[in-house]
This record gives sequence, structure tokens and C-alpha cells, in this order.
Amino acid sequence: MRYSLLLQYSEAGGAQVSDEAMAEWQSAFDAYAKSLDAAGVLLSADVLQPTAASTTVTVRGGSLQVQDGPFADTKEQLGGVFLIDVPDLDAALAWAEKCPAAQWGTVEIRPTAVYFSGGQWNQA
Amino acid sequence: MARSSYGRLLAVLAARTGDISAAEDALADAFERALRTWPESGVPDNPEGWLVTVAKNRWLDALKVRRPRVERVEPSLPDLDAIPDKRLELMFVCAHPAIDAAVRTPLMLQVVLGFEASEIGAAYATPTATMAQRLVRAKQRIRDAGIPFAIPSVDDMPARLPAVLEAVYGAYAIDWQVISGTTVRDSLSAEALHLASVLATLLPDPETFGLAALLSLSIARAPARVREGMLVPLESQDAGLWDQALITQGETLLRRAHSFGRIGRFQLEAAIQSVHCARAMSGVTDWVVLRRLYSALLEVAPSLGARVSLAAVVARVEGSRAGLAVLDQLGEPAFQPYWATRAHLLREVGGRDAAQAAYAKAISLTTDSPSRSHLSGMLAELSNERSGQ
Repeated sequence: MRYSLLLQYSEAGGAQVSDEAMAEWQSAFDAYAKSLDAAGVLLSADVLQPTAASTTVTVRGGSLQVQDGPFADTKEQLGGVFLIDVPDLDAALAWAEKCPAAQWGTVEIRPTAVYFSGGQWNQA
Repeated sequence: MARSSYGRLLAVLAARTGDISAAEDALADAFERALRTWPESGVPDNPEGWLVTVAKNRWLDALKVRRPRVERVEPSLPDLDAIPDKRLELMFVCAHPAIDAAVRTPLMLQVVLGFEASEIGAAYATPTATMAQRLVRAKQRIRDAGIPFAIPSVDDMPARLPAVLEAVYGAYAIDWQVISGTTVRDSLSAEALHLASVLATLLPDPETFGLAALLSLSIARAPARVREGMLVPLESQDAGLWDQALITQGETLLRRAHSFGRIGRFQLEAAIQSVHCARAMSGVTDWVVLRRLYSALLEVAPSLGARVSLAAVVARVEGSRAGLAVLDQLGEPAFQPYWATRAHLLREVGGRDAAQAAYAKAISLTTDSPSRSHLSGMLAELSNERSGQ
């Protein structure tokens, strides 16, 4: 089954992260992604820019609204998405527990319903 | 300066006011001054005493500036020749019930062994800032809540010692919690053994000796645990690669633990490791004794891990089906060792489809690469046997 590991954490102080802290962060995620990859369960891994770079779009009654900022202005924000393919929730939990972001944020495990691949929608 | 000196100096300073952060600052000042003055004036006869005296003076200066709590500090200088060893008190502070269990091991690594927050953070795959913040908070709590720097009374000891043992063991068990490099892992397991040895020296008890023995005997087998990136199960390990000096040390510690005539979790776990290590000399493993030890362990410290291990041992004594029967009583937990053991036993009784399914489940629950390679290898062997028929 396909699961998205949604990494939620506070962006507070994100701007003043030191180079050293950034290097540690990168090395932890490097080891994590390589472990997932070596196990053959990683489909994709995206770490997102802060929500300051976010733009939202809505169309209501034919009128387009484009706004700066995220969909929900909450303290914790979506910061990354790891898409993995594992047999069941137990396996997804085992990997989520090892995610570096679980140490300082929250990792939400969300199963895929359907996905588009090979020119068609497929049941997950 | 050796790690043991750092912990001793910090403990004696912190024990006076219960303020670990202030003691760390004062000690850092003293070290800084030593680096400046010792090259010119020479190393004093009693360097530790010199450092404590300087640190205490620095601290008194700082207190005068900050807040009027000076009355709690005794004005007399410590006896330079006999600095009392307060590390045991410090360890009981770190593992106090009022301190979050998750921060106890990091706290001990920092204040007893002098690790930097960045090193501890690296071991836990946690950013330095996050780890440092947790440590600072724990130290504030110790100061503000007035957690006493005291060794619990004989009556309280049974309730308080397990948390200290658990925290020391935590330093060894870090590698199972996070994905981290082997370098950090190896160095930390050595430090865990050092902590356990300090604990056993300061507080002779069957469980402190048992823990030190357990770590010695477990670490002794580390050189044989992984071959070409693949986990080697205990039974298949080349005993010639085991560290004989550590095994001897572990056996000595285990005998000390036994001499108290009182049984406990860590002592039993050490005895189990001792039976495995005995293969290095005898060439065989005494499964009957192992079964007795695991049954005893389940009496004093029931755990899913021990139940699964018992099943594996029962399989050796009474056959694979008997081992499977023990597993059957455990339901179907999301626990990697359960599925790996189940897969091995099913394979032995010829239940190939079920064995394949169990291997697949075990693999799906495995995040560390050497274990995964090992299990994938077993599954591939099983598939080959099958297609060869």
C-alpha cells in the first residue's frame, strides 16, 4: 500500500537556523532517505519550502482569488512529504518512527486511496 | 581531562546548590582558566582540586552578581586531596521520577560523562538546538523543583534504582531507536559500559553488576554481528571474532552479581548472554539452561521480546513445533522479532507458504539495513528451495 508520511512541524525560528543545525538536519534526512531507498520502499521524498513561499488559489463564482501564504495559518505546517510503498500500516509505522522529523514535529501517516500511474487511475 | 574526572567535578559542584547549569558554567570557566595558566605555571599537584576551587570561586562571584542565594553555598573550600564522589547522587538526580524518562539518558551522558549536546543530538538524530533545549529544561526543573542530590534510603532504593539502570541501559540501546551511523553507535556503547561500571563501583548491587555484565557480554559480540553489511544471527556468529577480554570482564561482573544471592532482570539477562558466550569455549549452546533463564526472566520482567526469545529457545529444546506453539500464544503483534522467529520456525517445519508470508511481514517491519539484508537472504533461499523441487 502507498502511504504519505506528512511531516508537520513548527516553522518558528526556521529563518535563523544556523549552518551547523542545517547540516545536522540534512545529514539526518540523508540517512533516513537512503535507508528507505535501500529497503526499496521509497517512491518520492519532497522537503517543502516554508509557507512564506506558499500561494493559494481559489475560484469562486468564476472569480479567481490568489493569495500569499498557506491554506491554514497554523503554528505547525506541512514541511515535507515522503511517499512510501509498504505492505501495511504496521510497516508504515515502523518507518514513521525512524523519521527525523518525529523527534521535533509530528509525522502523519496517510494512506493513498487511488493514484494515477500508467495512464490511468489505480486502486492503492 | 578524562571523562570520569569531569563527572566527579561537576557532581561535587552541582550537589552544593542543585544548580547543574551554574555548575557547568563555573566548571567551563575553570577549565578555560586552566588552559590559560597551566602552560606557564605548570600543572598543579592536584589538578582536580585546583579546578573545583577555581570553579567554586567563579560561582560565588557569579552568585553575588545574580541573586542572593549565597547562603546555600558552604564558604569552606573543598578538601583538595579528597574530593567526595557525588556521581551516584548525580545519577539519581538524572533518573528522578520528576524528570521525563526520555531525557534521563541524554542528561546522564552530558552531566556524568561530559558529552556535548551536539554529540548526544547526533546519537539521537535530533538537532543540537532541540537536544540542548531539552537538557536545559531538565536542569532548570532539577533546580527549581529542588530535586535532592541524595542517594535514596534502603527503603526507597528498590523503587528508585530501576530508573537509573534503565537510563544507563538506554545509552546502549540508542542504536535501536534511530537510524544513525555505526561510528556513533560503537562509541556510545562503550560509554554506556563506562557508565554502568561507574554505577556498579559506586553502588554495589546485584542489578548494577548485572547491568555492567550484560553490557560487557553484549558488546563483546559486536565484532561478529554484521558481515558484509548483513546481520549474522547469534547462532551463526564466528565466536573467534568475539572480544575475549570483554567476555572475561563480563563473567567476573556476573559472578559479583550472583554473589549477592538475589535475582533480578539485568542479572538474568547477563546470565543469558553468558550462556551464549560460553560457546566460544565449549563449542555448544546449552539451550536447556537458556530455557530456564528465560522463564525466570519472564517472572521478574515480562516483555514481548523475552517471550519471543523463549519461543526460539523452546524450539531448540523441544522442536520447532513446540516453539511455534509458544508464539501462537502471543497473538500477531507488530513486532519484528516475533515475525522473524516465526518465519524461521515455520521454515523448519516445512510450512513454506506461511514461512514466506512471515518473512515478508518481518522484512516489512525492519528498518535497519543489515537485518533486512539477512531476512531478504533467508526469503530468497526459501524461494530457491521451492523452485528447485
